[in-house]
Amino acid sequence: MKLAESWLREWTDPALSTEDLAHQLTMAGHEVDAVETTGEGLDGILVAEVIEVVPHPNADRLRVCKVEAGTGEQIDVVCGAPNVYAGMKSALATPGVCLPNGLKLRKTKIRGVESNGMLCSAIELGLGDESDGILELPANAPVGTAFGEYLQLPDSIIDVDLTPNRGDCFSVLGLAREVSALTGSALKSARVDEVAATIEDRYPIALTDSDACPRFVGRVIQGIDPAAKTPIWMVERLRRAGVRAIYPVVDITNYVMLELGQPLHAYDRSKLQGTIHPRFARQGEKVTLLDEREVQLSTDTLVIADDTGPVGLAGIMGGLSTAVEAKTCDIFLESAYFAGHAIAGRARSYGLHTDASQRFERGVDPSGQARAIERATELLLQISGGNAGPTCDVTEASGLPGQPEIVLRRQRLEKILGTQVPDAEVASIFAKLEIGLRETTDEGWTALPPAHRFDLAIEEDLVEEVARIHGYDRIPEITAIAETPLQPVTEKAVHDAEVAAILVARGYQEVITYSFIEEDLNEKFCGVRSPLLLSNPISSEMSVMRSSLLPGMARIAAANLARQQDRVRIFEIGKSFHGTLDSPSEIVRVAGLVVGTVMTEQWGLPAVNADFFDIKSDLVAVLAKAGSAADFEFKAADLEALQPGQSASILRNGIKVGQIGRLHPRLAKLVDITRPVMVFEIDAKQALRAYIPSAVSISKYPSVRRDLALIVDDAVSAADLTQAIAAVAPALIREVRIFDIYRGKGIEAGRKSVALGLILQETSRTLTDKDADAVVGATVAMLEQQFAAELRD
Amino acid sequence: MVRQMQELSDLIRQALADIQSANDVAGLDAVRVAYMGKKGELTQRLKKLGELPPEERPAAGQQINDAKQQISEQLAARKDVLEAADIERQLVTEAVDVTLAGRGQTLGARHPVSRAMSRIERIFQNAGFGIRSGPEIEDDFHNFTALNIPENHPARASHDTFYFPGGKLLRTHTSPVQIRSMVSEGVPIRIIAPGRVYRCDSDQTHTPMFHQVEGLVIDRDISFANLKAVLHQFIEQYFERKAELRFRPSYFPFTEPSAEVDLLWEQGKWLEILGCGMVHPNVLRNAGVDPEEFTGYAFGMGVERLAMLRYGVNDLRTFFDNDLRFLRQFV
Repeated sequence: MKLAESWLREWTDPALSTEDLAHQLTMAGHEVDAVETTGEGLDGILVAEVIEVVPHPNADRLRVCKVEAGTGEQIDVVCGAPNVYAGMKSALATPGVCLPNGLKLRKTKIRGVESNGMLCSAIELGLGDESDGILELPANAPVGTAFGEYLQLPDSIIDVDLTPNRGDCFSVLGLAREVSALTGSALKSARVDEVAATIEDRYPIALTDSDACPRFVGRVIQGIDPAAKTPIWMVERLRRAGVRAIYPVVDITNYVMLELGQPLHAYDRSKLQGTIHPRFARQGEKVTLLDEREVQLSTDTLVIADDTGPVGLAGIMGGLSTAVEAKTCDIFLESAYFAGHAIAGRARSYGLHTDASQRFERGVDPSGQARAIERATELLLQISGGNAGPTCDVTEASGLPGQPEIVLRRQRLEKILGTQVPDAEVASIFAKLEIGLRETTDEGWTALPPAHRFDLAIEEDLVEEVARIHGYDRIPEITAIAETPLQPVTEKAVHDAEVAAILVARGYQEVITYSFIEEDLNEKFCGVRSPLLLSNPISSEMSVMRSSLLPGMARIAAANLARQQDRVRIFEIGKSFHGTLDSPSEIVRVAGLVVGTVMTEQWGLPAVNADFFDIKSDLVAVLAKAGSAADFEFKAADLEALQPGQSASILRNGIKVGQIGRLHPRLAKLVDITRPVMVFEIDAKQALRAYIPSAVSISKYPSVRRDLALIVDDAVSAADLTQAIAAVAPALIREVRIFDIYRGKGIEAGRKSVALGLILQETSRTLTDKDADAVVGATVAMLEQQFAAELRD
Repeated sequence: MVRQMQELSDLIRQALADIQSANDVAGLDAVRVAYMGKKGELTQRLKKLGELPPEERPAAGQQINDAKQQISEQLAARKDVLEAADIERQLVTEAVDVTLAGRGQTLGARHPVSRAMSRIERIFQNAGFGIRSGPEIEDDFHNFTALNIPENHPARASHDTFYFPGGKLLRTHTSPVQIRSMVSEGVPIRIIAPGRVYRCDSDQTHTPMFHQVEGLVIDRDISFANLKAVLHQFIEQYFERKAELRFRPSYFPFTEPSAEVDLLWEQGKWLEILGCGMVHPNVLRNAGVDPEEFTGYAFGMGVERLAMLRYGVNDLRTFFDNDLRFLRQFV
């Protein structure tokens, strides 16, 4: 909420600088977002009276005015404003004066007539961005006074970020009350005298739902002068509060709302028909609002209706059909109490956010309706004249919020705050906040909050009030002494940090990509349409929850390639989302993506582009933390996102835990990458479940190595060979190593030469050549039989 | 005899001179052969001993052997010198440019947000906090209602929630983990919950996804004074320096009293860094905890904010651009 400091100080005027005042508010929970100065640079500009206006001899549109500014001397001013008239009061700048926009005035001749000053418009004075001529000041403005002083300028506009629980502070009165409580400065009385009725026009009001609207105060005012203008002081206060002045009826309702916190609404009396009554909307009803939008009403919306149907959204915005206009003479003023729960969320559901809805949602003082209507009547009669009817207060007391007594226990106060606040201070804090003290006992206090503090309902609320006024900064810092049982540290899973450390050591850069992605891309990468479509996405590029980390990472890779980053090596640890809208599931995944060379360009190594086996070794390094090579099977598979022939499913005990391979060029192209993209993605929980190492004693006997070179069909996989060989003599074969693969000259097409090393070892004795020969013999026989292998020399 | 002795000493002198003038191991070996080889001068002389009268032989033999000994020693000494020089020469040819870059893989880096997050985790873990997580697709109950934010509560308006058809939502804060953890583990409890959160907001200072760390401590005697202490200590540990904090009353539906914490930063500016408070009794009740027996505090901090301050990042959005040139700075 924005508020002029001068207005606040009219209500309470602590001996504090603006800065200190803002600080006090902030430290009491009303964070001051900004303090902005307005109305600077008005030095030398005076309140002046136009004494005489005569046509300019040489120009139709100009007039020559005699202006008096308190010196007794009449100054000639050439003026082009259409609204200037003799007897008008306005602001005069004389030669030598500098306007807020930097323009320095000089004596000039305009079309042959000397002009010794300038009558200023609101724009020229820096007081607005529109004007229809020079600024008109009220007839009682004292001529010769400094213009700035007259309008309390310069002034500070204090922008307070009010918390949702303190609806009571949403007004000058509310903030002044806080300032007064905090500083002890006197608070102006908010009492408003009743404005006696001079006519007998009572508009009929009926309450139908006392839970939603237990109080409706209404009043007719007839015969207001449609030509009346909102006085400059009110225009200025509204402007400083960020509200644009329109015409008196509207301005006065806004002014009273800002001043007292009670939203008001004015209807054109002649457009209302029958009894006015707040009620919930009925199925199928519509209303056209002040902003000329027709809205279809839902049945949880409280409306104000007359006999023709809804004429406005209660507490949010009035309807067009009964709206006041500049020419309206007879009005009906509404000052109602709508329960917060009947208003909250409704404005938003119609795409609205109004000053009234903001206040009713947070709550208004249930006792403030009559006061507000009296204040508005008083101002309206003053400014626009007219005759007021009697104030009609229709209240269903049962629906008004009660004022609960709250017990604050001394021991509870100390337990929550961790410090003692002396009794006398508690009592004084209550007094400052107008919280009634019903009873003080050994246990504590029984308190009765004032009507405007409807946010105070439970003991903890009072604890906060005491702490707030006592000062959070005066509460000591005490380290809690508590039992802190040791936290589990598991070795049964590979931690994210370990995974990250391995990948970082292997040159990968961690990225964090959004959990939502464009629907199409996700589908193309994953082969399924994500059912987890957001109702209100930020954009279509972020419309579904990702089913895989890869599409987002591919986009990041593309963006980096486009930024001349030739080598992209990235990984992400994050969730992918599956299941249905009713029962979604989340899987933590680790994904990697590589484009470009294995190593950075360097003098000592050839530049080699990363291929399947490079990222496989990176992934295997991660998986090695979770289990032995034998636990994971890389099985050639045709996968949605990957290039056939360069893709594998990763199985652990037969269950798929991930995939690895080259991104299908079709998908790479989709994100504008033309180079080979290698990727892997694993399910962290399944793939990185770890087991505790269980040591086996090391054989002290030497091992024997025998090498074999054989020719087999291309289709025979390395895994097939090594597994079959290992099975020949599981007790003796420690390791089967493939150390060369050769295709080409000397080898028949469709076949390949594989060079293998067998590492043999016994745990209980030294192996003899004979033992080794026997194993090799059996191995060769098996290979010939099972794989049609030919032995090479 | 005298003549023979004279000749022998000349020979020794000559041999020693030859040894000294040998410039490499091969040259030295030639010298050795010339004097000590099968046909070498000294060998020849030994062979000729038989020509001497028998009574002179022992003395003459002794003299030749002494000469041999002397020459051998000199040969060995010279060989050491020449070999050392050879090695020196070899080493010079093996010299490398030590300023050239090392060979092999270069380090990648963790993302600065992860880096800050694991730092926060470590600090709290050292103080005995457990780490918990919860789902990112949440239900209304855990994200709002259980946290004392009933339907139509004004606080909901400020949450800019992403919804799914049917009512599920993306959690707007990590606070739902409070409820889930209290319900599943009971109290006392002492945890932090780091993770991704989402708000339907995107501009210079907001990204639709960001990270929070939630903290929750519930025990029989936990006070606001304890909360102040733990957060002050945390901030000082995180920034590794003395820090001045300001606790300022604020409002969160799930805590009462509530506070916003500001950190005194450069040029005397107060920066808002986290929100906290004493857990609201309704929240405790919603999680099946008796607020008369137990009290506790909760806090929530934005990880991006802390990472920005720690690492001098001035634009939130760079975290999610994932520009490698930016990320490489966090090795």
